[in-house]
Amino acid sequence: MDRILAVLKKEFLQIRRDRMTLGIVLMIPLIQLLLFGYAIQTEVKHIPTTVFDQSLSAQSRDMLEAFTASGYFDVTMTADSYDVVTHNIDSGQAKVGIIFPPDFAHNLKRGTSAQVQVIVDASDSLLANQAIATANSIGLIKSQQILVQKMPSRQLPYDIRVRPWYNPDGITAYFMVPAILGIVVTMTMVILTSVAIVRERERGTLEQLLVTPIKPLELMIGKILPYIAMGYIQITVALLVGVLVFHVPIRGSLLQLYLLTLFFITASLGLGLMISNIAKNQMQAFQMSFFVMLPSILLSGFMFPRAAMPRFIYYLSDIIPLTYYLDIIRGIILKGIGFEYLIGQVTALLVFSIFFLVISTLKFKKKIV
Amino acid sequence: MIRVSKVSKRFKVVSAVQKADLHVQKGDIMGLLGPDGAGKTTLLRMICGLITPDEGEILLMGKPLEQLDKYRDELGYMPQRFSLYGDLTVMENIFFFGSMYRLDRSVIKQRADEILDITNLIPFKNRLADQLSGGMKQKLSLTCALITRPSLLILDEPTYGVDPESRKEFWKILYDLNRSGMTLLITTPYMDEAELCTKVAFISEGKIRLVSSPADLKKSFSYPVMQINLKTRRPINLHDLPGILDVSYMGSKVHVIVRDREQGHTEIQNYLLRNRIADATIQEVLPTMEDIFVGLAEGGAERWNMP
Amino acid sequence: MEYAISTRELTRRFGDFTAVDSLTMDIIPGEICGFLGPNGAGKSTAIRMLCGILAPSSGMATVLGYDLLRETEKIKPKIAYMSQKFSLYDDLSVIQNLDFYAGIYSISARHRRKRMQEMLELAQLTGREKDLVANLSSGYKQRLALAAAIIADPELVFLDEPTSGVSPTSRRQFFEIIKTLAEKGTTVIVTTHFMDEAERCDRIAFINQGKLMALDAPDQLKQQFIAGCMVELTPPDPINYLDQLSSLPYVKETSLHGSQIHVLLAHEEYMSQLARDCGHTPEPIEPSLEDVFIHIARLRKEGGVS
Repeated sequence: MDRILAVLKKEFLQIRRDRMTLGIVLMIPLIQLLLFGYAIQTEVKHIPTTVFDQSLSAQSRDMLEAFTASGYFDVTMTADSYDVVTHNIDSGQAKVGIIFPPDFAHNLKRGTSAQVQVIVDASDSLLANQAIATANSIGLIKSQQILVQKMPSRQLPYDIRVRPWYNPDGITAYFMVPAILGIVVTMTMVILTSVAIVRERERGTLEQLLVTPIKPLELMIGKILPYIAMGYIQITVALLVGVLVFHVPIRGSLLQLYLLTLFFITASLGLGLMISNIAKNQMQAFQMSFFVMLPSILLSGFMFPRAAMPRFIYYLSDIIPLTYYLDIIRGIILKGIGFEYLIGQVTALLVFSIFFLVISTLKFKKKIV
Repeated sequence: MIRVSKVSKRFKVVSAVQKADLHVQKGDIMGLLGPDGAGKTTLLRMICGLITPDEGEILLMGKPLEQLDKYRDELGYMPQRFSLYGDLTVMENIFFFGSMYRLDRSVIKQRADEILDITNLIPFKNRLADQLSGGMKQKLSLTCALITRPSLLILDEPTYGVDPESRKEFWKILYDLNRSGMTLLITTPYMDEAELCTKVAFISEGKIRLVSSPADLKKSFSYPVMQINLKTRRPINLHDLPGILDVSYMGSKVHVIVRDREQGHTEIQNYLLRNRIADATIQEVLPTMEDIFVGLAEGGAERWNMP
Repeated sequence: MEYAISTRELTRRFGDFTAVDSLTMDIIPGEICGFLGPNGAGKSTAIRMLCGILAPSSGMATVLGYDLLRETEKIKPKIAYMSQKFSLYDDLSVIQNLDFYAGIYSISARHRRKRMQEMLELAQLTGREKDLVANLSSGYKQRLALAAAIIADPELVFLDEPTSGVSPTSRRQFFEIIKTLAEKGTTVIVTTHFMDEAERCDRIAFINQGKLMALDAPDQLKQQFIAGCMVELTPPDPINYLDQLSSLPYVKETSLHGSQIHVLLAHEEYMSQLARDCGHTPEPIEPSLEDVFIHIARLRKEGGVS
């Protein structure tokens, strides 16, 4: 116990003295959240659009209005020939081109199908999907309006009512902010602890420690505890930003969130410590951390829904701690669910923590070679 | 070769070097001696242009330091700690170092062969630097510092942690270089090495206290040095006797710096009698560099009758 | 008598290279034993094995009565180790470093303050408690490293080249501390390249190419290894004079000591001949440990690996 305390005290002193790292630890959640919270929008709006209207009729204007009113299309330039449309899209100034043929109004009046050509720059698939879907539904809605007027009952035959729970307005920030929080915590925790042992090895202080009666587990625990505190400071900063800047509602219990976060922090620290025990120098430790972090970010369900992943990748994402934490944090913050629904995830994180700590302790022999 | 005039350097609140004057002439082996933290390394680094002085002027070969880039290859520098690449071989290190000075590969190869021959490293050309012994690492550092054929070589504690036999080999190489016309400026904690310098400069608390040849230093030491030769080893404690300035134990020999020749001799003799040490002899000897160093570090320059 | 350290055929190999080769020796409690030998001779490897941080390839040893292989953790609270690197935390202050090691060695809060004060005095660091280690000069760092290592009042202290890179004054202060420790009964193992320090050890273990060449008191070593008559010369250009001297038929060995040359003659009667041949008057001297060192180091080199 004395020895754990001694290590603990020493680590705190070193952290406190290392202003740079301390600053980074506090600034990372702030900056990352502000940056990504605003930047990452899976919903694409205000797509720059070029229009070539050969019809120049009330009907074409009405249709165009429907496009702009959706909020997805901003008409940023008009064109007077196909060539200009092509140029605008090729140069990247516009992502979508809308072309009304000269007979648009005429066909509409005659009751035959009036064509609207929508050209989409599909090199960005996310944007293209959004534009295509929106364009299609605008077409359908406008068609419905005309059809309904022709129906005897003036009603549609089907009525599907969708009720989006948890995030009814579909605000991306609600979905992203908790996830970014998880990523920031795991990233800083892994990187900070990944150098914890290897730095002492490089400085030569480890050799001195090895001669003392300290036990490997004592050293590991002493090294981890201060960073748990750091983890909580980070979470708090991140939550404050989430609530104050992005107005993320916290529907579940804050206490439960803090309690369950402990398992995630320990798992992340354990992972970092394991890296530190394997790596031969600080450089290697950094590289290994990044090697581990990248799949965590991409496969945990942070950006791409896990349900859509191929089977193999899906199973792979099962061994990433962040996967489980995203369930926990999104569950508590957005769904307002409690521990009873998250037992599986918490158990998984607990297993990770124990696994990493045991490997670290075993890997840390009290020998130098 | 080197003219340092009124050079000062401060690090925050610590004044590392204060108005130092040092003049090294062509062909000198100048030893810079002083206690830990006296400013030796700072001064050397300023001379090499690695640290900019706060004030004062440094001329190398008559040219101001600002023009150093133009005659970099006239200056060889061997830093305090081994600063080569442990994961490169001896030759790879030399090639890398030489190419920093834009030397041709063939030129480097030819010169390396010459220098490695002097430093006895030829059989180890393809060995990783990490796998060399301490003495060999020092020689490799020296080889790299010599690759541009400098006329001035600055060495910061080159024999740090090297065994006596290797140290001697190293000094033999330095003497050979000196004989071929090279000027050397060196720091060392070994006083037997200080004795091999043609001149020594003593620096403490950032100030150059005196510059002299080792022989003159010994002659002008103000206090007599008594040597007690003990036939059998036994503990003796002379520190508390009156008129005794310093005692250094060297196994079967003890050096005692006394204030007055007659009084000191009597005091020691009485001590030996009191403690029934019969088999010891007392003689006056010239001070060793170690006596001088300790005298300077503890007592300051007033212990010398320097002209 | 129970030895402080007792090794039998202790060996450590790194790949093909045998760093320590069948080391068998006994260290007497309370003595200062100096490990001497050229760089890479295996001194540090031997010490690291005896500290329990490097596993031997074969052989056995007891340290303070405990089996080195099976009871390593029982040994650790009773020993101290100080490496060449002065393993201190640069970003902590003097007192924080001491406090850390006091905690690691589980010194109770009651004794801690007193013990730390003692250590500060021993290391002559009083008044500099709050200084960051990074700002200390090497002499201070070295004494602090020792103080931190011995804060738990160990029975056995290993010092691996503790005085490399510090000034003569600091070295002397440091060796005084070692003497004080030994007087209180602590066994001290120290490696050094300074012969004046070696002279002050009770016994010297000469190690070369992994093998123990000799273990004895300095005076005995001199008698044992230096056969002949040792004389001193003070020529004007000693370094370049060495080869010339070595070529004389009756000269067994020459070596440089500062500005003097030590010459080992086959017999006393060659003194006058040497005086004639070189024009300087030789002075008979007691051989120094450095002479012994160089003799043993050369023995191995000339004889090759036997």
